[in-house]
Amino acid sequence: MAGGLLLLTLLLAPLVGGLVVATMRAAPGAAKATALLFALAELVLAGFAWFAFDPGAGRLQLGLSVEWIPAFGARFALGVDGIALVMIALVGVLVPIVMGASWEEKLPEGRTAAGFYSLLLITESMLVGVFAATDVFLFYLFFEVMLVPMYFLIGRFGGPRRQYAAVKFFLYSLFGGLVMLASVVGVFVVSSEQLGQGTFDWATLVTIADDVPESTQMWLFLGFFLAFAIKAPLVPLHTWLPDAGAEAPVGVGVLLVGVLDKVGTFGFLRYCLPLFPDASRRLAPLVLALAVVGIIYGALLAVGQSDLKRFVAYTSVAHFGFIALGIFAFSTQAHAGAVLYMINHGISTGMLFLVVGMVMARGGSRLIADYGGVATLAPVLGGMFLLAGLSSLALPGTNSFVSEFLVLVGSFPRQPVFTIVATCGIILAALYVLWVYQRVMTGPLRGAAVLADGPGAATDPDTARGRAAARFPDLSVREVAVLAPLVALILVLGFYPQPVLDVINPSVTATLSEVGMTDPVTGSGGN
Amino acid sequence: MDQYGWLLVALPAAGALVLLVGGRRTNAFGHLLGCATVLGAFGYGLALFARTVGLPAEERTRELDLFTWFGVQALQVDFGMRLDPLSLTFVLLITGVGALIHIYSIGYLAGEDGRRKFFGYLNLFVAAMLVLVLADNFVTLYLGWEGVGLASYLLIGWYTGRPSAATAAKKAFLMNRVGDVGLVLAIFLLWRELGTLEYAEVFARAGEIGGPTLLAITVLLLLGACGKSGQFPLQAWLPDAMEGPTPVSALIHAATMVTAGVYLIARCSPLYDLTATGRLVVASIGAITLLLGAIIGCAYDDIKKVLAYSTVSQIGYMILAVGLGPAGYALGIFHLLTHGFFKAGLFLGAGSVMHAMHDEVDMRRMGGLARHLPITFVTFGLGYLALIGFPFLSGYYSKDAIIDAGFGAGGTAGWIFGGTALLAAGLTAFYMTRLVLMTFFGEQRWRELRTEDGEEYHPHECAPVMWVPMVVLALGSVGAGYLLHAGDALVGWLEPSVGALAESEVSVVPHDLVPLLTVAISALGVLVAYLVVGRHRVPVDRPQRVSLPVRAARADLYANAINEAIIARPGTWATRALVYVDNKGVDGLVNGTAALLGGTSGRMRRLQTGFVRSYALGMLGGSVLVIAMLLVVSY
Repeated sequence: MAGGLLLLTLLLAPLVGGLVVATMRAAPGAAKATALLFALAELVLAGFAWFAFDPGAGRLQLGLSVEWIPAFGARFALGVDGIALVMIALVGVLVPIVMGASWEEKLPEGRTAAGFYSLLLITESMLVGVFAATDVFLFYLFFEVMLVPMYFLIGRFGGPRRQYAAVKFFLYSLFGGLVMLASVVGVFVVSSEQLGQGTFDWATLVTIADDVPESTQMWLFLGFFLAFAIKAPLVPLHTWLPDAGAEAPVGVGVLLVGVLDKVGTFGFLRYCLPLFPDASRRLAPLVLALAVVGIIYGALLAVGQSDLKRFVAYTSVAHFGFIALGIFAFSTQAHAGAVLYMINHGISTGMLFLVVGMVMARGGSRLIADYGGVATLAPVLGGMFLLAGLSSLALPGTNSFVSEFLVLVGSFPRQPVFTIVATCGIILAALYVLWVYQRVMTGPLRGAAVLADGPGAATDPDTARGRAAARFPDLSVREVAVLAPLVALILVLGFYPQPVLDVINPSVTATLSEVGMTDPVTGSGGN
Repeated sequence: MDQYGWLLVALPAAGALVLLVGGRRTNAFGHLLGCATVLGAFGYGLALFARTVGLPAEERTRELDLFTWFGVQALQVDFGMRLDPLSLTFVLLITGVGALIHIYSIGYLAGEDGRRKFFGYLNLFVAAMLVLVLADNFVTLYLGWEGVGLASYLLIGWYTGRPSAATAAKKAFLMNRVGDVGLVLAIFLLWRELGTLEYAEVFARAGEIGGPTLLAITVLLLLGACGKSGQFPLQAWLPDAMEGPTPVSALIHAATMVTAGVYLIARCSPLYDLTATGRLVVASIGAITLLLGAIIGCAYDDIKKVLAYSTVSQIGYMILAVGLGPAGYALGIFHLLTHGFFKAGLFLGAGSVMHAMHDEVDMRRMGGLARHLPITFVTFGLGYLALIGFPFLSGYYSKDAIIDAGFGAGGTAGWIFGGTALLAAGLTAFYMTRLVLMTFFGEQRWRELRTEDGEEYHPHECAPVMWVPMVVLALGSVGAGYLLHAGDALVGWLEPSVGALAESEVSVVPHDLVPLLTVAISALGVLVAYLVVGRHRVPVDRPQRVSLPVRAARADLYANAINEAIIARPGTWATRALVYVDNKGVDGLVNGTAALLGGTSGRMRRLQTGFVRSYALGMLGGSVLVIAMLLVVSY
């Protein structure tokens, strides 16, 4: 029960923090500091949860369950497995970093820091809820409610087309959510047929999953799948992401792509596979095809982008393809790789987003063509850009390599064709990262954002260079402090990811057996 | 002392970390630290080597488990090291030649901004290269493989202000990634077939893999080797890599990294032993490349590009050798070592020439430099003689052995492999003689010319910190071949790693005749070069009215044009088209569908105003779906 209280605290602390911060409209400095304190406290709490969790013990731990809506058996039930735990830890790490990165963000007119930071904390709380819920109805509730703070974060604090982007994001998600609601209700009906009494309890539903006829499973699966495929955008449902990612403030973009979208891939693993095993196996080829198309399609579009933030968003479309491939390839290696990928993508794409934001904060433009030779002016910024990019292209020695390798090596034995196509995506990943780096960071100083125009700038190269240098100072102490934890995570998880895998492995092994599959390669059988 | 083997990697890695994280604070001592770590690794490598020589042959292969990198169920990947004759040979080459080039760089980059960063990158390279050769499983190998690729990328793009450097760096990384796809797919196949990625187990159980699969694995591994080693069809990046500073060309793009492909195939000899077809593919790629490199090398006027194509060609010899299987693995490594000495020496010499000539690389603007750069001339000259196979110098032994083994393949293959290698030996003598004549002999054409800044050229010999490494490498170019050859020293030493050297009994040309043929053909090449280049005035401007073959060679035999036409241009168009389709088509389609389902007419923008209404309609739609689904479920 102590564990359950810990989870409850994890859920409520940022919510309380958000409400407290919301009252501090008159004192932006205090609001920011209070918010950061709450976020750091949440990180400490997540650390406690990490150590309270015993990978060797049962599937769901730190459980808490109280009666909630007796009329249809919904309970307020929390608990985590290894997968949910690492996601909550990721949330805990990213939120303080996002706050630090947004510290000097210029807010649109009429908006207060109190509002912004309060919404960040409320989003954090909803994210903890969505990962920790073990009651399907409670999960659905968090899944829908987390849209609200995110909608306001994009729609009120974003770029010039924020209204359009926010509404598009909201409608896509809402549509998915409503279809999922149908399936949630369907699950209840099916469980009452099977058990005589309906339930939303996830653990109970898993035990009856195999008895549900395949045709029923198909429909219910599709309802969940559509919602998750919108959230973790699979092609062709991805088009809201570039708009939302580009218009959202940088910090919000990090949360959106880094964690919120992972709810979709988390949902595949937690809900689609264990609750509808027959349907998952039957429809896997379809999902795999979408995943692999997404890898290539997202990468090609990333190559073709002219806007830095849209570029990051499209790289994520490709990365989500890898995660989906791992999930629907059905092996422990691929599953563990997919979960690790969810973490690593949050770290490396989060860092890429932040670095791009730092470039834009200096140059004031989102267009790649407006930059050139920035690394000569700000070498540390250039180095950080490159490191984030190398992690994004999964260079061995960085965190992402381990996850991408696990996904591919785990997918290959059962799905050689899809895996070969996906593997070709690593060439495109190198292309989109290095090409953007080349255009923005190397070569002679050029571009409207770097060479400030003004009297004398065109004729006198020294003046132009001096002005450019003044506009592009290297990283400040705050910026270094924001990026340093991410750099450390990229390298530590690149060389020693085993502690995280030890948490993930038992859960993915359980998931694989729930979906009724076994590993295609079971080790060096010969000896 | 084996258990401290990790120090070999840890020393340069720590150097890289300190130099790259420390930044400007390490300016004062960065270059010294960089040299010290590599020298330390070299010293330790020597000690390990001495100890290993003292062991009986069957105990010379040791494996060192360090820690688990990552593991999921049956897949367990450890950081482990394999200390055996093959890996120790490479350790000595990498740290030995590496240390010399580190020292040389102190002088070459003196006064340049960010020299300590350069040493940081060089240390990073050495660490990664050591991981590559010391790995005891395929995933750790891949870590080193990509690590050297990163160092190569960073160093090719060293002059960040130059757009051509950035383009060359990106091109190198991308073409290597194409090869990497081959390497990782081979790894996936090994995993599927054997359920392990450890060398020891993979090699012990290679026989369990079915024939076609094994062929696929060996060809995919070769694709990886082609990327890293600049072999056909992935050779086009290596000449462009000369955009990097010359010490980088010497260390990474001549002596060590580009030979990783040869290492990979020699390391996987237990796999190649089992597939004659796989070996034939390897040898054919080697033969094609060695000829192609030699032909193009004849056409360039840029001193570094000629040496780069020479490297492509010489690695072709090594790939040909390891493609000959048990008759050639050790010979490929032999040539790799001697080439490491003389080609590194040649590049350092070229660097010294450039240093003396305001970074000029066009040999048409040089001439008569021998008396101005006496030490460079002598050391370069010895490297030149070693490369063209002058009797009893290094290249004579190693190249000759490969040509002999080529003929030893027997039948048509024997004629083709041996004949190509022999022909290319003549071409090598031609282009290298041409290079030496244009650079060091003849008219001092630079006297009439001015640098880009409008100054006169004042060629001068370089500082001792630069010429001492050149002298050491020149000594190696002279003596290494004989030392390694005498008493089959190298062949015997490598036996525990790549097996005994097989003598051919089906050779199409008698063994004793081969050295004579090689020397004769090389002498012919020298003579032709003298007649064509040495006896005429070299025009400063490149003649434009030249024959078709020369034109083709100057255009790299159209390799870049082909890449451009079949990959780059269609790719650009496809990308643009997709961006358009995604903005108009997919987005429009999904928005349209959403609008249709929501019951509103037309576009997203309108939804902003009709927000509440569409929410309500959405709810309605959801409820209808629920009911429909319940009906489906019930009936």
